[in-house]
Amino acid sequence: MQTYDLEADGLRGLNAALHQQSADTNQTQWAVINPKGSHAIAVGLDAPIEVTVKGSTGYYCAGMNQQATVRVEGSVGPGVAENMMSGEVIVEGDASQYAGATGHGGLLVIKGNASSRCGISMKGIDIVVHGSIGHMSAFMAQAGTLVVCGDAGDALGDSLYEARLFVRGSVKSLGADCIEKDMRPEHLELLRDLLERAGADAKPEEFRRYGSARQLYNFDVDTSTAY
Amino acid sequence: MCGIVGLFLKDQSLAPQLGHMLTEMLIAMTDRGPDSAGIAIYGDETDGQLKLTLQSPNPEQDFDGLAEELGTALNTTVAQTVIDTHAVLHVPRDQFDATQRALAKIRPSVQMMSRGETLEIYKEVGLPQDVAARFDLRSMAGTHGIGHTRMATESAVTTMGAHPFNTGSDQCLVHNGSLSNHNALRRKLRRQGVAIQTENDTEVGAAYLTWKMMNGATLGQALQSSLDDLDGFFTFVVGTKDGFGVVRDPIACKPAVMAETDQYVAFGSEYRALVNLPGIDTARVWEPEPATVYFWSHDGGQTVHDKAA
Repeated sequence: MQTYDLEADGLRGLNAALHQQSADTNQTQWAVINPKGSHAIAVGLDAPIEVTVKGSTGYYCAGMNQQATVRVEGSVGPGVAENMMSGEVIVEGDASQYAGATGHGGLLVIKGNASSRCGISMKGIDIVVHGSIGHMSAFMAQAGTLVVCGDAGDALGDSLYEARLFVRGSVKSLGADCIEKDMRPEHLELLRDLLERAGADAKPEEFRRYGSARQLYNFDVDTSTAY
Repeated sequence: MCGIVGLFLKDQSLAPQLGHMLTEMLIAMTDRGPDSAGIAIYGDETDGQLKLTLQSPNPEQDFDGLAEELGTALNTTVAQTVIDTHAVLHVPRDQFDATQRALAKIRPSVQMMSRGETLEIYKEVGLPQDVAARFDLRSMAGTHGIGHTRMATESAVTTMGAHPFNTGSDQCLVHNGSLSNHNALRRKLRRQGVAIQTENDTEVGAAYLTWKMMNGATLGQALQSSLDDLDGFFTFVVGTKDGFGVVRDPIACKPAVMAETDQYVAFGSEYRALVNLPGIDTARVWEPEPATVYFWSHDGGQTVHDKAA
């Protein structure tokens, strides 16, 4: 286990050390102590290592992650796992706005609540929130899956493309072109797998599925003269 | 961008350390606002007196003999404490208008930062740590306080454009964001008799709340109606003589973190601002909801928390 004191040794040193790890590194376990809300912790990783942050972080923790597993033993500020490509990011506490924004792949697990714009413009990432999410979540979400074990705020899935949304609790309101859809066996299977991987104590049958009505982003010949 | 910090004490044994804690929080928010910094602090009450915090670009000239000259003009005794570019004057509570008139005549270049029974506001252009050092903010005691680090957008980088803003007795406001209907609202409020000194958007927000409270609203009600009447982006933190409030616009893109323990309620634009507060590791930490008013007050020793829908 490598232990890095962020307060004593600084952010650049941490990210540089983590960037130096290759696919066959022997230094696979890292602990970051004294994060104290700092920004950009463990950003741009690209190796199969495990990083545990012992406390809460600021903006953009674990952004652009590839391969690595980053666990935060606290809450995270705005933009956690932004543009994640692969790997896994687990937040034990809450997440601030735009968690998992624009993510292409990997799994983001938030064990508390996420605030507004969770999964905005997601492009393939899977996000599982054990608690609830705020307004404008999954705005313009293109691909991937957002699972919410609690409630969703206003305008869920506004201007949605092809991301799949599952909510167990209430949805305050749906955004433009987002509708409830039938839950089919393949969706239950997808949910079962994600809930298990995210350690969420919930049954797939308790969720409702939401997706795009596909009226907004498709070219419609009937309205061609309107442009 | 801008940074906001606020600290409302429930446990008054922390009062001597209020300035120190707020200064640490303020300096932690330097990245968010290196242009200017300011602090509003609710300190000792002066028996039957009004505290006026004044600022001058030429403090040595302007503050020299000011208390005596003002005392002569008002036919009373005026106490004066000079701290760098600021001076705190104690004048009789019923002589505020006369004081304003006298000051305009004898010291036209002096600006009024704040008025109130307990409130003092110190603000200047410069890095937060430099501003804090000039006024020795760390040594100040009080029941609650609010600070701001500014990255200017809507008006020039000047002392008068720095936050907090005070537009009514013991009222102050700091703001992260930008208001888009401030020009029309400024005209309307001025017609209603509310004094607005600058072209800054935030001062209009502060004046709006003052106007609402002049017309009978509580601070909580005034904050609630700001959600309908103010257009733009805002996270506001406000103070009154015995209260502390927070509200964010419905979009809520300007960040906010709050922490509460048995000893205090704290606000920071980022969690970084809160990390050195006592007991933060076990505090309840949360992000205030959009379009929701949070308000605490010292009410007979009790702390009342009113969260409107």
